[in-house]
Amino acid sequence: MTVIEVTDLQRRYRSRSGVFKRTTRVVEAVRGIDFAVERGELFGLLGPNGAGKTTTIKMLITLLLPSGGAARVLGYDVVEDAREVRRRVGYVFGGDRGLYERLCALDNLRYFAELYAVAPREQAARIGELLELVGLKGHEHERVEGYSRGMRQRLHIARGLLHRPEVLFLDEPSIGIDPVGARELRATVAALVEGGTTVLLTTHYMFEADELCDRIAVIADGRIVAEGTPDELKAGSSAGQVVEVEVYGSAEFALDGLRALRGVTSVIVEVRDQAQVVVVRSGGVGDLTQHVLDALEGVNRGKVTARQPTLEDAYVELVAGA
Amino acid sequence: MSVARLLVVGTWLQLKMRARSAFDGVLALVYPLFFATTVFLMFRQGGESGALVGAAVGASVMGVWSAVSTTASTSLQSERRQGTLELLVASPTHFPLIVVPITLSMAIIGLWSLVTTLLWGRLVFGIDVRIDDPAGFVAAALVTVLAIALVGYLLAVSAVRYRGAWAFGTALELPVWLICGFLVPLGQLPSWVRPISWLLPPTWGVSAVKHAAEGSSPWLDITVCVAVAACYAVLATAVCTRLLRSARAAATLSLT
Repeated sequence: MTVIEVTDLQRRYRSRSGVFKRTTRVVEAVRGIDFAVERGELFGLLGPNGAGKTTTIKMLITLLLPSGGAARVLGYDVVEDAREVRRRVGYVFGGDRGLYERLCALDNLRYFAELYAVAPREQAARIGELLELVGLKGHEHERVEGYSRGMRQRLHIARGLLHRPEVLFLDEPSIGIDPVGARELRATVAALVEGGTTVLLTTHYMFEADELCDRIAVIADGRIVAEGTPDELKAGSSAGQVVEVEVYGSAEFALDGLRALRGVTSVIVEVRDQAQVVVVRSGGVGDLTQHVLDALEGVNRGKVTARQPTLEDAYVELVAGA
Repeated sequence: MSVARLLVVGTWLQLKMRARSAFDGVLALVYPLFFATTVFLMFRQGGESGALVGAAVGASVMGVWSAVSTTASTSLQSERRQGTLELLVASPTHFPLIVVPITLSMAIIGLWSLVTTLLWGRLVFGIDVRIDDPAGFVAAALVTVLAIALVGYLLAVSAVRYRGAWAFGTALELPVWLICGFLVPLGQLPSWVRPISWLLPPTWGVSAVKHAAEGSSPWLDITVCVAVAACYAVLATAVCTRLLRSARAAATLSLT
């Protein structure tokens, strides 16, 4: 059964500036996207900042009206049947905001339990169960203003699950959480899907999407540029192999030489900890490593790694080509 | 039952939030006393004891109005800033049931300022407000607080659609002191101002409180106050759905 159905969905933002001479600027945030999510599926929406992920989610949870096209969640139209949609979906976003800082976790959850019409006799048990699930048991009487970012994020998740939503929208839920917290979050999300909840997830972390998602849509500049399982997206990548070389000092002068190598599809420089890493992707099948090292002659080098393309490689290629 | 429960829990948690800010707490405690002191010193110069009693009653309602008018719309702006406004709108509860507890909690804080102003006048300035009709006085005070909360409800609902509406709420604070006859009798205002006064529930509320304090019947003013406030409530509820839809179209529920 299709739980989320999106057809030619569009959203434009208008902004005005100027005092005496008012000018209107129109931004096309979502430019006619189509996708469908089946019951019990974990669907990922990946894309760079400003690609239209959050706008899409906000239209699906009825916070924004679409400028065109249509979307249905659990068979309800997001424009005409907004309350029916709201009753059945949960929304969790990443970051520090979205909580009542001066209240304790328990009061935050009590308030939203009322707003989501959780039966009074069930509230205490449900809140206790969720506090246990997200690991905040024992901290429920502390004010949220004293919480760490990870604790806030876990409280967000508990809030989003209070009314046992059939569909859960997670908008970059792991942003700013430490690795242990992020791992626990992934385990919680996986358990929810196991329990039958349909999840739509946006994230910047490719390994997270790779580990969790059944299917992924890559969105760039308001358009879906690819859709499929993580393996299908990786297989679609033109990078037959990837060579990564740690470099110290400037390697700029060598980059053009790398790009000129036969079969090389992209060369980027990433900063990881103290080092810069030159990532060379090639569609060719021959051994690329020696050619890359030759081209980097004269550059102070560290560790060299040759590997198969990952979801991130496929993503970078898709977004760069959009 | 669930609606009543929602209103009670919502109001209680809003009060709890406001009570936990030391800054807000001190302001709520001290601010009305500044108003009252200024008014009492001004009116004492006039040397008319009747006017001083009227000023004490007027100053007490000023505190209620100030607590609601300035904070009704700014509190919705705060919800927007802290990212909770979207979560409130995304819940299946009818939005008026979410906003009313917010303004009601402020009116309750205002009620506190009403009591402290009268006590301040009695203890520090020796103004003996003899309340000839205690039942009428309590009814008038409660109706005034509720009526002011409903005006705040309309202001708050506007703030959901218009990010700058908080400024309008703040700008209304001082003119209403004057227009509604808190300090100056309506008869002394230009005749063109009076129809505006009649459209504002605090006018009838403060008149009811003054009548009850003087021993004359406050019930006509109370009835009109309830009727006018009900119009504000109906208007706010009627425009709420349209404003929310407009906010979803114009993307004004969040800051960005």
